Amino acid sequence: MQAIEWLLDPFRYEFFRNGILAASMVGALCGLIGVVVVLKKMSYIGHGLSHSIFGGAVVSYVIGLNFYIGAGLWGFLSALLINAATRKRKIGADAAIGIVTTASFAIGVALISKVRTFTRNFDAALFGNILGVNPGDLLIIAVVLAAALLALFFGYKQLLFSTFDPEVAPSYGVPSAWVDTFFALVLAATIIASMQVMGVTLIAASIVIPPITARMLTDSFPRMLGLSSAIGAVCGFLGMYISYYLDISSGASIVLFSALVFVVVGGAGWAYSRLRPEKRLVLRRRLATPESAELFD
Amino acid sequence: METIVDLKNVTAAYEQRAALLDVSLHIHPGQFIGLIGPSGSGKTTLMRTILGQVVPREGSVEVLGKPVVYGRTPVGIGYVPQLETVDWSFPVTVEEVVLMGRAMRSGVLPWPSRAEKERMMSVLSRLGIADLSRRHIRELSGGQQQRVFLARALISEPKLLLLDEPTSGVDIKTRDDVMHLLADLNADGVTILMTSHELNTVAVHLPWVVCLNRNVIAQGPPDEVFTSEVLSRTYGAEIMVYQRDGITLIGDVPHTTAERRQQKAIIEATKETAHAGH
Repeated sequence: MQAIEWLLDPFRYEFFRNGILAASMVGALCGLIGVVVVLKKMSYIGHGLSHSIFGGAVVSYVIGLNFYIGAGLWGFLSALLINAATRKRKIGADAAIGIVTTASFAIGVALISKVRTFTRNFDAALFGNILGVNPGDLLIIAVVLAAALLALFFGYKQLLFSTFDPEVAPSYGVPSAWVDTFFALVLAATIIASMQVMGVTLIAASIVIPPITARMLTDSFPRMLGLSSAIGAVCGFLGMYISYYLDISSGASIVLFSALVFVVVGGAGWAYSRLRPEKRLVLRRRLATPESAELFD
Repeated sequence: METIVDLKNVTAAYEQRAALLDVSLHIHPGQFIGLIGPSGSGKTTLMRTILGQVVPREGSVEVLGKPVVYGRTPVGIGYVPQLETVDWSFPVTVEEVVLMGRAMRSGVLPWPSRAEKERMMSVLSRLGIADLSRRHIRELSGGQQQRVFLARALISEPKLLLLDEPTSGVDIKTRDDVMHLLADLNADGVTILMTSHELNTVAVHLPWVVCLNRNVIAQGPPDEVFTSEVLSRTYGAEIMVYQRDGITLIGDVPHTTAERRQQKAIIEATKETAHAGH
């Protein structure tokens, strides 16, 4: 009886109810979008984009613009810029992206150091502040999640083809360039909606870890989408829970919990492949996408 | 006579490299053509021009009697990319890859309709890989992998198949398999244009070759076209051709005696150590 009370205790607080709902939705959203990010091998773009958006967030605060409008405009613009740079395929595209995103981040840092009054708020932007989630934020997260699901549902075939083979897809009439642009915008929206929960510095992890974990469990694209969103949602929920009891930052708690899940799934896979050597190849193939392949060599 | 592809005086560049200079080429229904030429000779640009992905600077391109519009792949073409460009670790199964061929033709729902599935299975059966439909693409042999990407091209019943190096990076048996499969498809009425680096394979299997080096150097049946003179002009290097009893063999020009003498001592020494090891 006491254990249940102890477990239900945090739900007495509205901030916790809002927070855990936000964390679960953000986890699902990042897990879903992350599948394409990881398979397109553009993890660093997610990382860069979140830093870039930070600059937009600070600027919109300074000029008194609504966060979602300011960061949204800034984020979409950087997403389009990054997308255009990636398409050039010249050496130095990633360097160009690095310059755009870090310069944008630096604008934010510069403004913060100049106008000292809002230092506390921007701790939240950097590391996440889930306690400040209000119903308006929840609505935004829900709308972005719904929009991402709808876009995925209706653009599934085109997205799959142009993610699998962006060079060949146009030969089959799939407008790869448009799909990429549209996806960059969805990614920007995802990052903006997730910023309050995860913080700029930790968003990349919640975009990358669930898909990699899901990839170890399946060879099918649709199943990977489902698994990754589910893992993201569960990690968001439990990570938030843990952060309450350990009294640590929610973003960090969610990321650490996801990393733990990854290690457990990876470890189980590794042990399994030791027991049944014929399965080792399957695991190695599945891990060939993410950067973690050497773990199992 | 009607044409499947009609290129008239096409000059085109791809990624800033002038690749095609005043090329005229007509592909007739039922042809099975090998397109050969060195790297950078414009083979890929030629294919991309037909697919509507490269705008010619000069000249005109028609596919099935209609002018090609930039950015719009003409209906009736199936394209099979080089297998080496495929991301084999991507989580897709055989049937998911094959259904990509219908990405822009089927409805908006993410899953295939019953009719689409039937269409897919019939293509897979025709290519002899129906039992592999649920497998991950890496679990297949080289020949089976080639068939999967052929199936993706064939699912829309194209009039023309374009294949980019279908024999590169595969072993001899697979290569032979693929070439016989293509010949069967051609016998069923599919017009085929394929690029290749393997002149001997082309000489054995293909009834018609086009030698390209920015413009068309020569075209015709291989036993007529493959001469030392034509191939040397195409590749800009000396190439020897032996023809006997209807068989054409193409080989590199042997090294000079001086080069051989230099290697001879090394070969002898290597042989000695190799024998000593046994």
